Amino acid sequence: MSDTGIGARMLRKEDHRFITGKGRYTDDINLPGQAVGYFLRSPHAHAEIKKIDIKKAEKAPGVLCVLTGEDAAADNIGGVICGWMIHSKDGSPMKAGPHPVLAQGKVRHVGDQVAVVVAHTMAQAKAAAEMINVTYKVLDANVDPVASQKRGAPQVHDVASKNTVFEWEIGDKGATEAAFSNAAHITTLDLTNNRLAPNAMEPRAAIGSYDAGEDHYTLYTTSQNPHVARLVISAFVGLAPEHKLRVIAPDVGGGFGSKIFIYAEEVVCLWASKRAGGVPVKWVADRSEAFLTDANGRDHVTRAELATDKDGKITGLRAKTIANMGAYLSTFASSVPTYLYATLLSGQYNIPNIYAEVDAVYTNTSPVDAYRGAGRPEAAYVVERLVETAARELNIDPAEMRRRNFVQSFPHQTPVIMCYDAGDFDASLNKAMEMIDYAGFEKRKAAAARKGKLRGIGFSNYIEACGIAPSAAVGSLGAGVGLWESAEVRVNPVGTVEILTGSHSHGQGHETTFAQLVSDRLGIPADQVAIVHGDTDKVQFGMGTYGSRSGAVGMTAISKALDKIEAKAKKVAAHVMEASESDVEFKDGSFSVKGTDKKMAFGEVALSAYVAHKFPTSEIEPGLKEGAFHDPTNFTFPAGCHICELEVDADTGVTEIVDWVAVDDFGNVINPMIVEGQVHGGIAQGIGQALTEAVVYDEGGQLLTGSYMDYCMPRADNLPSFKLGFTNTECPSNPLGIKGCGEAGAIAAPAAVMNAMTSALGVKDVPMPATPQNVWNAMAHLREAAE
Amino acid sequence: MPAISMTVNGEKVCGDVEGRTLLVDFIRGNLGKTGTHVGCDTSQCGACVVHVDGKAIKSCTALAVACDGAKVNTVEGLATNGKLHPMQEAFREHHGLQCGFCTPGMIMAGIDIVKRKGKKLKEETIREELEGNICRCTGYHNIVKAIQAGAAKM
Amino acid sequence: MYEFEYHRPKKLADAVKLIKSKKEGKLMSGGMTLIPTMKQRLASPTDVIDLSGLGNSGVSVTKTKVTIKAGTTHAEVASSSDLKKAVPALAALAGMIGDPHVRHKGTIGGSVANADPAADYPAALLALNAKVVTDSRTIEADKFFKSLFETALRTNEIIKQIEFEIPARSAYSKFPNPASRYAMVGVFVADFGKKGVRVGVTGAKGSAYREKAMEKALTADFSADAIAKVKIKADDMNEDIHASAEYRAHLVGVMAKRAVAAAK
Repeated sequence: MSDTGIGARMLRKEDHRFITGKGRYTDDINLPGQAVGYFLRSPHAHAEIKKIDIKKAEKAPGVLCVLTGEDAAADNIGGVICGWMIHSKDGSPMKAGPHPVLAQGKVRHVGDQVAVVVAHTMAQAKAAAEMINVTYKVLDANVDPVASQKRGAPQVHDVASKNTVFEWEIGDKGATEAAFSNAAHITTLDLTNNRLAPNAMEPRAAIGSYDAGEDHYTLYTTSQNPHVARLVISAFVGLAPEHKLRVIAPDVGGGFGSKIFIYAEEVVCLWASKRAGGVPVKWVADRSEAFLTDANGRDHVTRAELATDKDGKITGLRAKTIANMGAYLSTFASSVPTYLYATLLSGQYNIPNIYAEVDAVYTNTSPVDAYRGAGRPEAAYVVERLVETAARELNIDPAEMRRRNFVQSFPHQTPVIMCYDAGDFDASLNKAMEMIDYAGFEKRKAAAARKGKLRGIGFSNYIEACGIAPSAAVGSLGAGVGLWESAEVRVNPVGTVEILTGSHSHGQGHETTFAQLVSDRLGIPADQVAIVHGDTDKVQFGMGTYGSRSGAVGMTAISKALDKIEAKAKKVAAHVMEASESDVEFKDGSFSVKGTDKKMAFGEVALSAYVAHKFPTSEIEPGLKEGAFHDPTNFTFPAGCHICELEVDADTGVTEIVDWVAVDDFGNVINPMIVEGQVHGGIAQGIGQALTEAVVYDEGGQLLTGSYMDYCMPRADNLPSFKLGFTNTECPSNPLGIKGCGEAGAIAAPAAVMNAMTSALGVKDVPMPATPQNVWNAMAHLREAAE
Repeated sequence: MPAISMTVNGEKVCGDVEGRTLLVDFIRGNLGKTGTHVGCDTSQCGACVVHVDGKAIKSCTALAVACDGAKVNTVEGLATNGKLHPMQEAFREHHGLQCGFCTPGMIMAGIDIVKRKGKKLKEETIREELEGNICRCTGYHNIVKAIQAGAAKM
Repeated sequence: MYEFEYHRPKKLADAVKLIKSKKEGKLMSGGMTLIPTMKQRLASPTDVIDLSGLGNSGVSVTKTKVTIKAGTTHAEVASSSDLKKAVPALAALAGMIGDPHVRHKGTIGGSVANADPAADYPAALLALNAKVVTDSRTIEADKFFKSLFETALRTNEIIKQIEFEIPARSAYSKFPNPASRYAMVGVFVADFGKKGVRVGVTGAKGSAYREKAMEKALTADFSADAIAKVKIKADDMNEDIHASAEYRAHLVGVMAKRAVAAAK
């Protein structure tokens, strides 16, 4: 293994600019003559807009224009859309209400955008916005997802009767009912998967710029997938055709899903630039705005049941979930509680019968869409809480319960679409138990009790599906796009390489790992490789970065393009060295002719390809540049075992995570340092979900967690250092054998924490987040016993 | 508009600001030094941390005019003659950053911790001292390691 | 933020003159609350009078008494070696306010004048029987904290310093709000020997207050056991998404016991 090849702990190439303050995020870009856009937002969760009076604001100092939903309608600016069609049980298509870029007739959540003011300075824009007079007729708000389907609940969208977007199902209902009828034991849990705010540290931002001379738009935006943004803004919003719109996502400061989606503000900045006479319009969310408008994650209410036989063998699983979509269907919202959730309800287990129903509902809250893990954390939470609880009810050691039910042979077809292709679940469980010294737990628990601490241990044996694919399959499930990835490899005449990729890093280190792949394959140093991404004018097309897909799908596309480069370079080398192509070998960056000492370095072949002196250009085109599109044959299935050990202060309900072991199987690993970092971050977000984070609305739909004063982000002192281990079953569906690692921690962690928590307190459930208050409530039985 | 002057990263700078101009806006807007970031509006995330007269402060919660005459240091001023500051180097070596957005504030906070607590830092101390800096990517694991290592080399 | 005029007087007398002459003037001593409030457009002073130019900072400790000038930052209070010896509990309290960056700017005078119901200092001032010395008079802590963000300070009155007698032993025990890290409940216990024990509580109610039943029990017997039986009523406790009134009442008891156990 070279220092910069596959498997090396190579330091990141992108770091230099970030640690010296030279990163270039959207807000760091300022275009000449740029104005600012400020959004006037709804203070009400649900109201009719009777009248918007902008006259005074339009005349305020520094104001270039004030735009409302009426203007958008007049200019034929379409709304933003949801790109995944889900059909209900009865075959009817989901009921998607309109999502105008500026409210038309109605506001549906606090923070809904009502008007935009474009002015020379932010102070001027804010002052003018205060002069806009909006007459609202305030309506009752529908905030509780469970109550939203009941008769009399306020209706968010006319098209969705009983606020129901769809009533979807998966699995064999009859067979599952039968399994439950015959079960020796049934475990039931009512679980709430708390609503989370993604909180990328860089708030969303956009600069729209219209060039009247060229009739061309440019959008700088905080996006995980600039090409998809361009597609949606062109094809659905109808602002401009794709060749008249360039979307650039420069450095992106985290996303975790929230920057996949196409947001109204991006469209409005572009449109407002044209309306303001071609002045670039910049909008940067402040954190309060982010809390009101970024798509949130999770927000499921589920009744889950597990049927077992007398030996603890699982015979069936069923779940009924109500998924809160918020006030509008965000870009991929409908896929999250359906195909990204219920298809994983088999977990790591051989479960013969599964049936799940999911009702998606509208409420007067901000939209909910994919957030790190997207559906899979919710599935892992259901499965792992059920299995652990069943083990306790059946008096079986939770590890043993899992072993009895693990899938042992592959491929394994689950009853809910997924076909697991590889894995070794015993291996990760055993390694994790050894690393945390499971055998010594009872001793540690006793020692903790002597200090007034309740100690618990919890497992989470998660599995996830990444690299959502193949396109034909996701298309048949309702996806509006194909989920392949593209790559172009440009070899320069001097042998340096540019990789153009449709993936787009927002912290994952693609500039490093993608370069490692190239370095490994072409035998050139990684510093001779540049990664180009995040610009629709440079990269032809791509699907972006989410769902842990950039390794498995994006790098495979690069790998395929590299195959073509190697093949062509061999041809060139054969001509130059006057050998038969079949005798040319490529190894460690040089081409050699079998049985001779003839040899050419990669760079020499590149130069030969460009000077084109020594091969017939009628047979071989000059130059060395190849592209590839890769559509995987299957999802990939990262899996592993996380074990959490925690202590609860019996007096206060304060929880401390005292130990954490994560053993993950990501297949082959390109850069262990980066992969470990991804796991750390994912676990932290999962612990955040379990212990500290929740988006809370009051009954009237006002957001109570609108800043870091009330939304509790995990800090350094909330978290331990993590112990990581790896197992490896190579992924068979891509040539690199990699599965993906970006979401694993967030998927695994909540169940591990809550299994440990319930074990510590000796209760069946504690609602997430297990804040000191919630834990204290859950300890009422202990206080009563003490009295 | 008050005219102010200050020394930023050793360089004398001046400008006209409004009373309400925040230090971070002066640094980013007037001076074009965009390494200092804004990640929240309630003085909690720490992406905006700079040093004023040798002490770490949140530049989103300081008026530029109140820093008239002060010595301000930002992340851009840490490397000298192309040589990275040990704390910058440590963040790179220990993979203490992912998206990079909180990083300038973390590095400035890390250096401030060393100034106050010395070069031998316990993990627990670092975690406590990072109360005013939020990272969403790293789970802090490698940030803590980076600060510990950077401190030792300062 | 709305626009305002900024002033930075060098003398207390000038500051007093300025604040009296302005229509809607606001004093700023650190600005850790004022600036965020103005950023949210919740305050719109015509003039901001920054007291940082007065040079009014420092902690001085005699055999019996501590004086902390109003412009002393939390970081300075936390790191004062004299104070750490005399009243370690107060130095520790200052080190728990906000975060290191906030502590470099925020001041005791600013915090006390702002009287946030979840601020830490008010608990200490009550327990230490401190005196708030202003440009025109001296106010006892017991009479200083009136209600939510309301103090006995007159409009345009400026705090000069905080003074108190050194207790025999004291401790502060804080249960931070998990998100904001302000005190969800904070209890400061000060034992003045023959003069009795005082217990200041912050975070729990609309304003910091003294828990007199505990004071009585602790004056008789300074031990955690002595207050185990003191019932803390939840009736007028704060309630929010982080803690119910009952939970806060419970925490007052736990924090008080921990403070007593830790007092030195």
